[in-house]
Amino acid sequence: MEAVRKETAKGEKASKKSYSSDQWMALAFLLPSFLLIVIFVYGFIGWTGYVSLSNWNSLIPDFSFAGLKNYMYLFSDFRFQADLRNTLFFTILFIGLVILFGLSLAILLDQKLKGESIFRNIFFFPMALSFVVTGVVWQWLLNPSTGINLFLNTFGITPKWYTDTNILAGFQWGQIEFGLPAALIAVGIAAVWQMTGFSLAMYIAGLRAVPDETREAARMDGASEFQIYRQIILPQLRPITVSVIIIMAHISLKIFDLIYSMTGPGANFVTDVPGVYMFETTFRGNYYANGAAIAIIMLLSVAIFIVPYLLNSRKGEA
Amino acid sequence: MVIRAFTKPASYFVLIAVSLFFLMPVYVMIITSLKPLDEITLDQMWTLPSSLDFSSYGEAFSKLAPNLMNSFYLVIPATLLSALLGAMSGYVLSKWRFRGSEILFTLMLFGMFIPYQSILIPLIQFLREAGLYNSIPGLIFVHVVYGIPITTLMFRNFYVNIPDEMIESAKIDGANFLGVFRHIMVPLSVSGFVVVAIWQFTNIWNEFLFAVTITTADQQPVMVALQNLSGSQIVQWNVQMAGALLAALPTLLVYILLGKYFVRGLLAGSVKG
Repeated sequence: MEAVRKETAKGEKASKKSYSSDQWMALAFLLPSFLLIVIFVYGFIGWTGYVSLSNWNSLIPDFSFAGLKNYMYLFSDFRFQADLRNTLFFTILFIGLVILFGLSLAILLDQKLKGESIFRNIFFFPMALSFVVTGVVWQWLLNPSTGINLFLNTFGITPKWYTDTNILAGFQWGQIEFGLPAALIAVGIAAVWQMTGFSLAMYIAGLRAVPDETREAARMDGASEFQIYRQIILPQLRPITVSVIIIMAHISLKIFDLIYSMTGPGANFVTDVPGVYMFETTFRGNYYANGAAIAIIMLLSVAIFIVPYLLNSRKGEA
Repeated sequence: MVIRAFTKPASYFVLIAVSLFFLMPVYVMIITSLKPLDEITLDQMWTLPSSLDFSSYGEAFSKLAPNLMNSFYLVIPATLLSALLGAMSGYVLSKWRFRGSEILFTLMLFGMFIPYQSILIPLIQFLREAGLYNSIPGLIFVHVVYGIPITTLMFRNFYVNIPDEMIESAKIDGANFLGVFRHIMVPLSVSGFVVVAIWQFTNIWNEFLFAVTITTADQQPVMVALQNLSGSQIVQWNVQMAGALLAALPTLLVYILLGKYFVRGLLAGSVKG
């Protein structure tokens, strides 16, 4: 807005013609990206929504209107109910641990210790890896008959990791046993290993933004290091925690590659998630309308987090 | 002082323990990949190989080499094209704002958070119609399109920090829209370009959902081929670990050499930058 206003003020000095050709150029610069997003994001989401309301559940496209049939089917489906349970518990576990580790490590690294950059680099590097690589490696590490269990055996513990079919604190609800599937803990360990670097980087940036004078002043007033963190620094990190929660939630809600390469759906679907179900039912089973319905539910669950976040974080800048 | 003397060693202890946890998968990957198959028994998983055997790398490389090449053919053009589009739209959205440009920008940003499952069915129909299905150019196109939001965001945030006065004075000297872009924005955002390129390179290299649904067999990028290695009948763990290392090597090298820029990209993804 401002740039344009300045531009019009100046446009009187410069020749009128060059001003409008600049406008045309600006349009030419933005238009390709804009059109691609309109078609391939919004148009295609609309098309997927349309498919989700159709009868296209075979190889041959059938766009006859089915109403909410596919959605009704999913919500009564054992596998999809398991997926919703798994996504809920996985998201809570994953976000909680990523924040806990990221924040604790950031505070430790904030103590100006020697070798800080070495530690930082070690904690960040899994972020550069593919979820597929992570999945392949952790599948081997958490293999119940080897891996970490070789150590744990000496203490007499032998977790079954991702092959465990137990539901912790489970009770019957709908078709499924509702509770935390034990196998998801194994997937959570791999995901936390990979993504802690993100929250750590965010918190380190946040801690650096706290001016040294603030800490000095608090120390002069006789506050202990613990009190400084508890009462001065942590409250300032709250916006960062919100960002981390939102970003991690959207990763967790659409997770596919890690689970697909590490465990697959698992026995009784204990490690299945909507992303895996959507992939298998659409591209292996040709249930396109069901797959589209899963995708729309995934999109809505992500939108609940992302839309308010986007509107809120953009508001300050406009 | 007493507390300090106690907390410092304790901090080191925790940091070293967590570091060991973070490095453990790397250790297991490396030692497993260097063992001959007969040493890959379950109870010897943590022991060092009796002698260095690079044959699993040979085998993994011969299996993955065509897919590694596919990944390079995919990642390099896709990274450059999506960076170019992002620079163009980021320039307009930072320095040539107009009524509604902020809303438009927010609408574009939403595209980077959507689960790609929600556009996948029409996308594949479209690629089939366009003759791009099951091809590297098709995948390049897909990554360019869905890379626009993040590259636009990153470039826009870089350009916002370039003072308006510089642009004004260039205009007074007679520079037009393109001149300002070429002689001011581009030279001043070289480090921004590096951040965007590293980010896109890493993400596209590591991406799996588009790769597995849009390509088959000999068109597949390396991550799909790696996943297929583990799907084979007998899992040869040494070959698989060697394959995982090979597949991860390009992004790991980028991280080791240019980690600072990688972390800047990481932070830029959280919208505000």
